[in-house]
Amino acid sequence: MARIIGGLTSSHIPAVGNAYAKKLFDDPYWKPFFEGYPPVHKWIAEQKPDVAVVFYNDHGLNFFLDKMPTFAIGAAFEYENEDEGWGIPAIGKFKGYPELSWAIIDGVVADGFDVCSCQEMAVDHGFAVPVQLFWGDQTKKPIKTIPICVNTVQHPTPTPMRCYQFGQAIGRAIAAFPGDEKVAILGTGGMSHQLDGKRAGFINKEFDLMCLEKIVDEPEELAAISTHDLIREAGAQGLEFILWLAMRGCLQGKVKRLHQNYHIPISNTAAGTLLLENRA
Amino acid sequence: MSAHAQAHAHALDEIPGTPIFDGAMAMKGYALNKMCYSFNKAENREAFRRDEEAYMTRYGLNERHKAAVRARNALALIEAGGNIYYLAKLAGIFGLSVQDLGAQQTGMSVEAFKDMLKKQGE
Repeated sequence: MARIIGGLTSSHIPAVGNAYAKKLFDDPYWKPFFEGYPPVHKWIAEQKPDVAVVFYNDHGLNFFLDKMPTFAIGAAFEYENEDEGWGIPAIGKFKGYPELSWAIIDGVVADGFDVCSCQEMAVDHGFAVPVQLFWGDQTKKPIKTIPICVNTVQHPTPTPMRCYQFGQAIGRAIAAFPGDEKVAILGTGGMSHQLDGKRAGFINKEFDLMCLEKIVDEPEELAAISTHDLIREAGAQGLEFILWLAMRGCLQGKVKRLHQNYHIPISNTAAGTLLLENRA
Repeated sequence: MSAHAQAHAHALDEIPGTPIFDGAMAMKGYALNKMCYSFNKAENREAFRRDEEAYMTRYGLNERHKAAVRARNALALIEAGGNIYYLAKLAGIFGLSVQDLGAQQTGMSVEAFKDMLKKQGE
C-alpha cells in the first residue's frame, strides 16, 4: 500500500519564482527565506518520496469565475506552468500520476467529497513555486505530482474543518492505493497576508506562530476556527492556511516536527516552512 | 437575499478594511474580472496596451469599471467588483507590484509600506 511519509509546507509567493530564477539565495532580503529549505532537501534526499500531492489555490490561471470548483483534483499525465500575465517566468511541465489521482478521486467521492476531476489543468505559481523550492529543476528527474486545487478566491470558500476532513479522506484513499509509493503531502500558501483593501499589508506574527505550534499536535483546534475568524486573524489571503489544514488532515500516523522556518516579510507575506514526519 | 444570507454577509463585512469577494461582488465585477483574466495571454496584454478604451468596451465594462481602470486606483477597482487575484494581472500591465498596490490602498509611500511590512516581523 502507498504510504504517506510526511507533510511539507511552503508559502507560494509569486516573487519567489523570480528570486529563484535569478538565484538570489544569498541576497540579504532573500537569505532568511531560502535558508529554510536545505533541511527539507536533506530529508527528501534521504527519504526519497515518489509522489508529491500538492494542495494549492489557483490564482486565475486555470480557473476563471465562470466555473469555480470548490475542490478540483488533477488527473493528467502532465501539468503545464503557463504564463500568468504578470512577469513570473513560466517554468514548464510537471509530471503527473493519473492512476493515483483517480484512486484519490474514487476514494473521496465514495467518502462524500464530490470533487471536480481535471484531465487538463494548467498550474500557476501556487503549485509550481513550492514544488520547485523542494525538488528543484523538473526537467531531468521530475517528481510525480498530483495538484489539488482548493477555492480560496471567491466566497463561499470551504470551511477550515471541511478542508481538514477533505485531507483525511485523501489520506485514506492514498493508504488504500495498491502500490509501494512513498507520498509527501504539500500544504502551500499563507501564512498571514492581505493584498486588498485599506488593511493591505496586514501580518499577524502571533497568530502564525500559534498555527505553526498547533498544527503538529492539535490540528482539530485550528480546523474549528471559522472562515470569518481566520480572515480576521490571518488576513484576506491568509485564508490560504486552509490548504495547510488539508495537508495536515492527510497525516494520520504519529506526526513529528522535524524542521520549521518562519520569516517576515517576503513581498507582503509572512512565509512559513514546515517539515512534518508521519510515522505509522 | 434570505435573512440567513444577509446575516452571513453582514458577519463577513465586519472586518475593517477587508473586502470579501462573495457572490454579490462576483456579479458586480464579472466583466472587469473577465477582462483581467484575458491578460494571461501576451497578445491580449498587447491589445489592451494598444487601445485601452476599445479593449474595455470589447469586454463589456461598465462606466464604473472603466473609470477605476483609467484612474489606476486599486480601492476603486475593488469597490467596482474587481477580485484582487485577477486585478494583479492588470496591475502587472501598469508595472505595479503588490507593494505599490498596498501603498496606494493604505495611503502610504511605497517605502513606508515596505517598512511597515518589515516592522511586523520584529
